[in-house]
Amino acid sequence: MELIKSSTNINFVGSFKVAATISLIVIAISIGSVIMHGGLNLGIDFAGGTVMQVKFPKATSTESIRDALKQIKLEGSIIQQFSSQEVVIRTAEASSDLKGLSSRVKEALSTAYGKGGYEVRRVEVVGPKVGKDITNKAIMAIVFSWIAMLVYVAWRFEFRFGVGGIVALIHDVIVTIGVLSLLNREFSLTIIAALLTIVGYSINDTIVIYDRIRENMRKGLKKNLGEIMNISINETLGRTILTSLTVFFVLVILLVMGGEVLYDFTLAMLVGVISGVYSTVYIASPLVLAWEKIRPSKMRKI
Amino acid sequence: MFKSIRIRAALAAVVCLAALVYLLPSVTDNLPSFWKEHLTKEKIHLGLDLQGGTHLVLEVDTNKAVESSLERMANNLKDTLMENKVRFHNLERRKGDIIVEMQEGAPGGSIENILKDHFPDLEIASSEKVAGKETATLRFQAKRIAEIKKLAVEQSLETIRNRVDQFGVSEPEIIPEGTDRIIVQLPGIKDVERAKNLIGKTALLEFKLVDDEHSLDDALKGNVPEGDVLLYGYNQNRETGGRTSSPYLLKNKTLMTGESIESAQVKISDRFGESYVSIKFNPQGAADFERITGENVKKRLAIILDGAVYSAPVIQERIGGGQAQITGSFTLDDAKDLAIVLRAGALPAPVNVLEERTVGPSLGQDSIEKGLWSTFIAGMLVIIFMLVYYKLSGIIADVALLLNMLLLVGALAAFRATLTLPGIAGIVLTIGMAVDANVLIFERIKEELRTGKTVRAAIEAGYNKAFSAILDSNVTTLIAAVFLFQFGTGPVKGFAVTLTIGLIASMFTAIFVTRIIFDYFAWSKKIQTLSV
Repeated sequence: MELIKSSTNINFVGSFKVAATISLIVIAISIGSVIMHGGLNLGIDFAGGTVMQVKFPKATSTESIRDALKQIKLEGSIIQQFSSQEVVIRTAEASSDLKGLSSRVKEALSTAYGKGGYEVRRVEVVGPKVGKDITNKAIMAIVFSWIAMLVYVAWRFEFRFGVGGIVALIHDVIVTIGVLSLLNREFSLTIIAALLTIVGYSINDTIVIYDRIRENMRKGLKKNLGEIMNISINETLGRTILTSLTVFFVLVILLVMGGEVLYDFTLAMLVGVISGVYSTVYIASPLVLAWEKIRPSKMRKI
Repeated sequence: MFKSIRIRAALAAVVCLAALVYLLPSVTDNLPSFWKEHLTKEKIHLGLDLQGGTHLVLEVDTNKAVESSLERMANNLKDTLMENKVRFHNLERRKGDIIVEMQEGAPGGSIENILKDHFPDLEIASSEKVAGKETATLRFQAKRIAEIKKLAVEQSLETIRNRVDQFGVSEPEIIPEGTDRIIVQLPGIKDVERAKNLIGKTALLEFKLVDDEHSLDDALKGNVPEGDVLLYGYNQNRETGGRTSSPYLLKNKTLMTGESIESAQVKISDRFGESYVSIKFNPQGAADFERITGENVKKRLAIILDGAVYSAPVIQERIGGGQAQITGSFTLDDAKDLAIVLRAGALPAPVNVLEERTVGPSLGQDSIEKGLWSTFIAGMLVIIFMLVYYKLSGIIADVALLLNMLLLVGALAAFRATLTLPGIAGIVLTIGMAVDANVLIFERIKEELRTGKTVRAAIEAGYNKAFSAILDSNVTTLIAAVFLFQFGTGPVKGFAVTLTIGLIASMFTAIFVTRIIFDYFAWSKKIQTLSV
């Protein structure tokens, strides 16, 4: 079966300028969204605080929960409803004593609903010290992974390919963060894990096309780099679409069936994968092409 | 690669069999005993987010440990100075310093001698002479401070381990992290609050005398006599659930501490069925106790835990035999926990909870179910897709996929890696990404066939040319996974592990195993066309 005819000859290179404009717009929207929301919606992993996931035997309204929390002066907490019976309560880090916080919340819930009238499914408490630690580590991990990719690709191909790759990665991370910000999703540790995975996947994708470009360049064809790129991208189109589709489907299944805990992670991955494929064709390659115009590559056999 | 199909097939079979061996214990409990003894009976280790349990990050307040040590030093120094007839106006500890005020001209030089002879760990940080008085500031030497801090963490580790052991959690993990942090993992724990209290309790038990000579009311108004301290006891009214506190005026000097206790047990009193803790002193402690009770008959001896007075009974007579009782308004659990901390010993410094992650067993169970279903359906989808798109070659890809899963799970069991919920996501993702290697090879083979090569040549060329792409792309994803592993906490680490193992296994199955099958058909069966 052939999804893509073997003789496709789409002029990708021709649409590079248009693509560049689109990319800039998308990046602008992403950064704009983050600025408009006043920063990222940081979860407790970074901002500190307490999160409790509580399930009730019957449908319970957020108002009644808020009332119950009024006793311990936590009615200002954020209460998110997962389902009619299950909520997630998030208290701000600014609350005085982090240590006894979860037990006090449990006491308040006991008073309002009776000891067996609720079930605590999950508790996460992050002190400010740990929160800062995690934030630092997260930023370092992402930045260092970019650098590591740059080094590896530059070594296996040429420096310009590394640059193309890393710009594509930065684009992917920004776009993913932007979409999450637009949807006002919470930024947690697992989102960082998703971002790092996206870095890995996107560069994976980029390298497959680079590999083909490298192979075609070495063949000594009497074509300029732009034409070689077109050929390469067309040749690998079948594989690119196929693999992206399988990963995409797999993620959709995870999104629908994986449960609430994984939801944000899977969402981020989905955005990242789509962005990853786009950036491979329309960001990494054009950059290498632009570089070529300034200084021709040494990889070609003339 | 080895040319012989037989050798390669045997190698592949061995690897897969090994994976199966490691996998079986997790799937079934009915293994023959020979298996359990000689091979392995380890099930796959589930993370806390799948089996339920709690993960705590504790921080030992090492500065307080240094301050307590310094306090003890200060008291000893006072005694030594007095024994050696070195006069001083005042000696007290303020935070990290001991301040000694003396008359100028008084044998000040002897402070240095005293330090040299008796207190080598202390050094004079500074000294100044003002208006006829000489003030010396003493501190611990930096080396000693580092020692105390290290010791505090080690002791805390040991004590917490003892406490958790007695709490009866299966497979707890208590690991130090960094210079002053301790990670405690308690799988399957039901009552998290109780565990946190048990672990975090400093549990410093002290015996002090009640000061009956001075007025309690005066002290409450603010006039606490020299050498005395005002402490409170808390009573819980069982019926109303309310708490009342009563003040006690005590002599500050601690006569005995929990270190003198050899064992502690929970008992139930005949009179009201109340629980209390019966303690037994070690021989030295028993002797001390006898002496103290003998010297203070009819006075009251306060029993204080972490600065709260539990009780202050009257000493009726000198008590030999080294036994005592701690009573209070205890529930059975309270008494049990008190006995545990008394047996395990006091923490040398206060311990703060920096981070807590608790997952209830029901959520854990839910997560496992959702994870397994997602994996299954994703797998089915990909298998069908491969079949439809690549026809018979698709079957080969599917076989590779199934083997891939087998190797992945087997490796998890073999390396005793922990499977977490993100780890299951990693398995699902691997299903999607692992096919990539197969796709690269198959597409390449198709291309080569189109240029007119024979089946054998096309297969050879396909694998060779696709190899560089597969290698480079997988290596970079692996690099990302390494970063993930370094940076992530428990659940995220689990994701990095499954992704890594999954990718390596996929390279093995895609490059090595499928090649065996293709070569078999191309060389042994000598087919002329390839269904791909």
